[in-house]
Amino acid sequence: MISLIQIISTWTIPVLIAFIPLYATLRKVPVYESFIDGAKDGFQTAIGIIPHLVGMMTAISMFRASGALDALIGLVRPLFESVGIPGEVLPLALLRPITGAGSLAFVTDLIKEQGPDSLVARIASTIQGSTDTTLYVLTVYFGAIGIRNSRYALKVGLISDFIGFFAAVAACWLLFGLV
Amino acid sequence: MVNWIWMGMIVFSVIFGAANGKMEKVAEAAFGGAQTGVTVCLGLISILVFWMGLMRIAEDAGLVRKLAGIMAPVVRKLFPDVPGDHPAMGYILSNMSANLLGLGNAATPMGIKAMQELQKLNPNPTIATPAMCTLLALNTASITLVPTTIIAIRMNFGSVHPADIVAPTLLATLISTGAAILVDRWYRRRTKAPPSTPTLQSNKGAASPSSLPNPPAPIGGG
Repeated sequence: MISLIQIISTWTIPVLIAFIPLYATLRKVPVYESFIDGAKDGFQTAIGIIPHLVGMMTAISMFRASGALDALIGLVRPLFESVGIPGEVLPLALLRPITGAGSLAFVTDLIKEQGPDSLVARIASTIQGSTDTTLYVLTVYFGAIGIRNSRYALKVGLISDFIGFFAAVAACWLLFGLV
Repeated sequence: MVNWIWMGMIVFSVIFGAANGKMEKVAEAAFGGAQTGVTVCLGLISILVFWMGLMRIAEDAGLVRKLAGIMAPVVRKLFPDVPGDHPAMGYILSNMSANLLGLGNAATPMGIKAMQELQKLNPNPTIATPAMCTLLALNTASITLVPTTIIAIRMNFGSVHPADIVAPTLLATLISTGAAILVDRWYRRRTKAPPSTPTLQSNKGAASPSSLPNPPAPIGGG
């Protein structure tokens, strides 16, 4: 089971990289030209993130350097660690549904401080990757059509974020914690 | 909300730093953090450029449409009150396939078009319909195949296997999406009866389709 899941991790990307151009060529798509077209967007996206990430990284680095982050984590650590969750990921659980750039900056900070292959960094990476920014999605989608009463949509989003958080921790324990 | 969090973190850091006598470190961290932000983004360029190029090939080859076709029978069950041949269904399917492939830039416009079509089926244009809530739930939980951005950052900081979070991410995203569907179902059943008229907003009349809030750059990986 565990080795199968690790095979998925290792194989997904190379298989996609080979399969997509091959499939497209069979469908008579000029693959290289398509690639260049799309790649230009990638550059814009990366540059576009800079202001968001600079703003958030600054705030989070200051928060850590002042000792406030450690104080906050210290408060919840005993509670969290009794159920196998590293206290360091608590701020991420709070930030993730609210701000995509903020949580990305927090994950970056954790990867930098703890090393990318530490269990904490892997859990944080998994949390960041496995869910979207609930409040942002709600604002964009409902804002676009003028919905004012979102009924139970926010609750559903937050509950699934909450469950996703525990699922991410459990998945990392299953795959990385026991080996 | 983001405004308050950002401002709060900075102001609190300075107060806390002053109390702890760590002012120098706080000042250093401000510039150090800004620098890390830029370095990380520059490191993202390589992977985002490559991945978006690859995904454009997938789009041009019709893979998004193909995936939509595969998912159609399941998705129809999730939206029982949307007629199968309604244009909304097509947009919902494109939105979900684009999300699955990690095409955030393509997924959002598709999702908004789906919402606009659902709005046409909505008796009261300021209150979300159950179908809208379901579409939103699917998007907030967004199934992700490859969390590109995170892999790139892990690579930048020298991870031995940057991609080894693909499997746990997939596992977690499946669980949270499943949870989103179930919770949405539960609420949908509980609130079968249409809600009473909106008391606060009723006097403002129909909402104009307001322009999008300036979207931050899509942070990849859903």
